[in-house]
Amino acid sequence: MPVRPHPGLEIDGFTLGEKLHTGGFATIWEATHAKYRTPMVMKVPTIMDGYDGPTIVGFEIEQMIMPRLTGPHVPRVMGIGDFEVMPYIVTERIEGESFLKVFQKAPLPLSDVLEIAARMVDAVADLHRQHVIHLDLKPENFLQRPTGEMVIVDYGLSRHDQLPDLLAEEFTIPMGTYPYIAPEQYLRCRDDPRSDLFALGAMLYALATGKNPWGTPETLRGVRKRLWRDPVPPRAIRPEIPEWLQEIIMRALVVDPMRRTQTAAQMAFDLTHPQQVKLTARAHKLKQDSLLTVFDRWRVMRKIRQFKAPDSVASQLASVPIIAVAVDLSPEGEKLSSVLRSAVKRMLLIEPDARIACVNVIKTARIGIDQGTDDQGNNIHVMRLVQLKHWAEEIELPDDRLTFTILEGSDPGQAILDYATANHVDHIMMGARGHSTTRRYLGSVSAHVVAEAHCSVTVIRLPERREDRAPAEAEGASKAAE
Amino acid sequence: MKYAILTDIHANREAFEAVLADVGGRGVDRIVLLGDLVGYGADPEWCTEKAADLVAKGAICVRGNHDNAAAGAPEMMSTYAKRAMDWTKTRVTDAHRRFLAGLPMTAEEEGILFVHASANAPEDWTYVTSDTKATPSFRASKARLIFCGHVHVPLLASCDMGGMVRQQTFRVGFPIPLLRSRRWLAVVGSVGQPRDGVAQASWALLDTAINDLTFRRVPYNTAAAAQKVRAAGLPEELAIRLLKGQ
Repeated sequence: MPVRPHPGLEIDGFTLGEKLHTGGFATIWEATHAKYRTPMVMKVPTIMDGYDGPTIVGFEIEQMIMPRLTGPHVPRVMGIGDFEVMPYIVTERIEGESFLKVFQKAPLPLSDVLEIAARMVDAVADLHRQHVIHLDLKPENFLQRPTGEMVIVDYGLSRHDQLPDLLAEEFTIPMGTYPYIAPEQYLRCRDDPRSDLFALGAMLYALATGKNPWGTPETLRGVRKRLWRDPVPPRAIRPEIPEWLQEIIMRALVVDPMRRTQTAAQMAFDLTHPQQVKLTARAHKLKQDSLLTVFDRWRVMRKIRQFKAPDSVASQLASVPIIAVAVDLSPEGEKLSSVLRSAVKRMLLIEPDARIACVNVIKTARIGIDQGTDDQGNNIHVMRLVQLKHWAEEIELPDDRLTFTILEGSDPGQAILDYATANHVDHIMMGARGHSTTRRYLGSVSAHVVAEAHCSVTVIRLPERREDRAPAEAEGASKAAE
Repeated sequence: MKYAILTDIHANREAFEAVLADVGGRGVDRIVLLGDLVGYGADPEWCTEKAADLVAKGAICVRGNHDNAAAGAPEMMSTYAKRAMDWTKTRVTDAHRRFLAGLPMTAEEEGILFVHASANAPEDWTYVTSDTKATPSFRASKARLIFCGHVHVPLLASCDMGGMVRQQTFRVGFPIPLLRSRRWLAVVGSVGQPRDGVAQASWALLDTAINDLTFRRVPYNTAAAAQKVRAAGLPEELAIRLLKGQ
């Protein structure tokens, strides 16, 4: 590295300003460029004289992964510097402090915990969708945009599952941050996106209780303990934590990744549908397991060398999809809804681990205030919910994988689309009604959803016989056939 | 600059044509053939002529051990390879032999080295099958990128600033950024006789403008190629090898 960073240094069109931060492995500088108006920072690794393996590889990984990431949850990359002259990465500057300060104030009010958790989980879900496992999630690595989105930084230990893993055989000790590192990561697995969910679980635990689930171990031996020792249940530390939140936290902290929360999208779904979280023994627990139980677990776990990792990040996400089913509960939609239900049942044969989110939209007037009750004084919302649950009775799924939501909106298509985006839905299933003239001119809900959804959409139609069609249409069809 | 790198065509016209079709339309500026145009397969004439035609249009082609043998040089070979070579020699003409014998052992462009076997001893036809086997190539050549064939199984290795050579895993079809902080060696799998258990032709796309390498696989009519091998009276094992890809 012949060039060292200093204020005023000009390199590849970038000019360095003040030094903003000195970290263990890198320094962060203010940077400007004639081409870019956005505030930027340059990160320069602190490479010791001679060969500094870990720092270099970490920086190479960042140079490889970061330019491939897009979206609001990652910093945008503007430039990358060659090791021949001076290695660096220039990104947009995210104003504001990292979440370390916030975590230092924990325990936080529960409403804050939930809000922060939901945004952290969203950012991680987005990262996973881009085939990247972060593997070093910790409060310091979360920043926040003025618009509210969380930005995840520091990809030096990350794994992009479509790129070579430069760290695979490089170092012999497990890498990560001890309070948050997952058991399989301790066992040197770098291929499991569920490792990031474990770290999220540990952070959530800390936000809610003010303590790390396994304290702040300083040795690997201390990290290893989490393979058999369960943390103190959050509700034992702070009784007002609801059972469902304890369930979410403790499910993310399960040792075996196969039994842990499977995707960030599922975790986000649970955080936003608390009434529908299935409570297990984990939720009610108020004491750590007895020493005898822990001893039994230790006897098994001490021999474990690895947990099975999924084939790829994408396959892991795809194995537990969230399928939103938009159900029409009106009397004229009855036939179609029953065909839709059969289609959902068939879909569950192909996707046995799917989560089915049933939704129904109450159409509201564009202007004015709608009445929440009908003429007879019944609460429309509750009635619809009852109807929706009735519709789903034949779908045999455990409670936690079958959820019900009533949406409201003047534009039902948009309401379904917004729900799908907010809940990381992988697939939408819905019915399309027949060909009426109104539908042809005003457009149908399903056409709107198909055109604008960010995920797959399956549209179900009632089988239509030729003679059912309008005479003019049938005539046109027969003409075309001639 | 975009390079399409093909190697070990081994007289397999079906595979060669399928790869060239896949190369077409990807905006490739230069085709590179890393040798072994002939041997094993049933179409040595067509494949040699196609290669000569590509070279006339600007392609780079280096010599492989089978090309050397077909041109008349003594080469050590396994039983099946030798039987196929004896047959190949009866098919190629003097013009083919002159073309094959005239091929260079290595070629270099834009700091990229192209060689059939290894960079350290091209004439010894050493197999680069691991990071240890790749190390001498990195020591012998100063090139930032080295491309080899000969093994019929794709491999990627990097040499970091400390001189440590490591094999790198990769996924077929996904661009790999060839970080400038390292030197890289890629063994491109075979077009005409893959041996990694995948009965599809291999080739690699290198884009020096964005510094990305993509290993690609192309399905081709293995049944037709195998049938031609049988019809030519070549060993049955060579036909089965095409069907199984190993």
